[in-house]
Amino acid sequence: MLLLECPYCGVKADETELTPGGEAHLKRFGPGSTDEAFEEYLFLRPNPKGVHFERWRHAHGCGKWFLAARDTATLEVFGTYTAQTTEPPEHIIDAIRAKRPDWSQA
Amino acid sequence: MSDLASALPGAEAQGLVTVREAGLVGMVTFRGDLSAPDTAAAIKAATGCDVPGQRAVVTEGEVSVAWMSPDELLVICPHDAATGMAAQISAQMGAAHHLALNVSDARAVFEVAGAGWRDVLAKVSPADLSREAFGPGEMRRTRLAQVAGAFWMTGEETVRVICFRSVARYVFDLLALSAKEGGAVGYH
Repeated sequence: MLLLECPYCGVKADETELTPGGEAHLKRFGPGSTDEAFEEYLFLRPNPKGVHFERWRHAHGCGKWFLAARDTATLEVFGTYTAQTTEPPEHIIDAIRAKRPDWSQA
Repeated sequence: MSDLASALPGAEAQGLVTVREAGLVGMVTFRGDLSAPDTAAAIKAATGCDVPGQRAVVTEGEVSVAWMSPDELLVICPHDAATGMAAQISAQMGAAHHLALNVSDARAVFEVAGAGWRDVLAKVSPADLSREAFGPGEMRRTRLAQVAGAFWMTGEETVRVICFRSVARYVFDLLALSAKEGGAVGYH
């Protein structure tokens, strides 16, 4: 069972209360960008076994989108944070480094 | 004019707890900046309640105000007071960006009464219903089996459950089934 704490309403929400939204911190390449950049934005994901940054929506709760850092292999959650950021905040990076010393941000 | 009717008038089921449709209940949704002093003043003037903190429900007399999300409140009041309350909030808010709308007939309200209500709800929702995690004065929005719903305590052994009107029959049948004699789990 995966429990993520919604940073907006403070509920430790069960996975079934949430809707997954794929990888977080993507930079959008839309009209006017090259085909290669658009393809990479739309389809190409590194998908490493290990640390992921993900978007989640508290769909059966407050309805807000938030971001989570977790390990997809062990289901360990490093932390959740609000979506009003373009990169993972320092305390999340520190929490990951504390558990995964050899991890580096892609 | 059409007659006013709640979703399942008079529906009631007896079992481990009593599940009863609460009839017509007034509801006003408010969206806006909850931290703004103007909002607090408008909510206080119209409802008599302070703006609730995170997930809290504040009650004054017949009116309750519940925190639904960082920018949303739900005012619960007598059915015939809802339109006036929405208008009063809007008048008080003036030009400030906000929404106040009578949504009384958008939802169904059920009352679950009886000592075993925690187990009855815990069977259909992933919410932590232990006494330490959920108590009086909290609005918990969550999932009721396959649909969205929310509940808050109105007494030590009574809890009110709201869901969208379109799924009222589903939620009533779900609660009635969960409360059926013989289904006691004795966990909480």
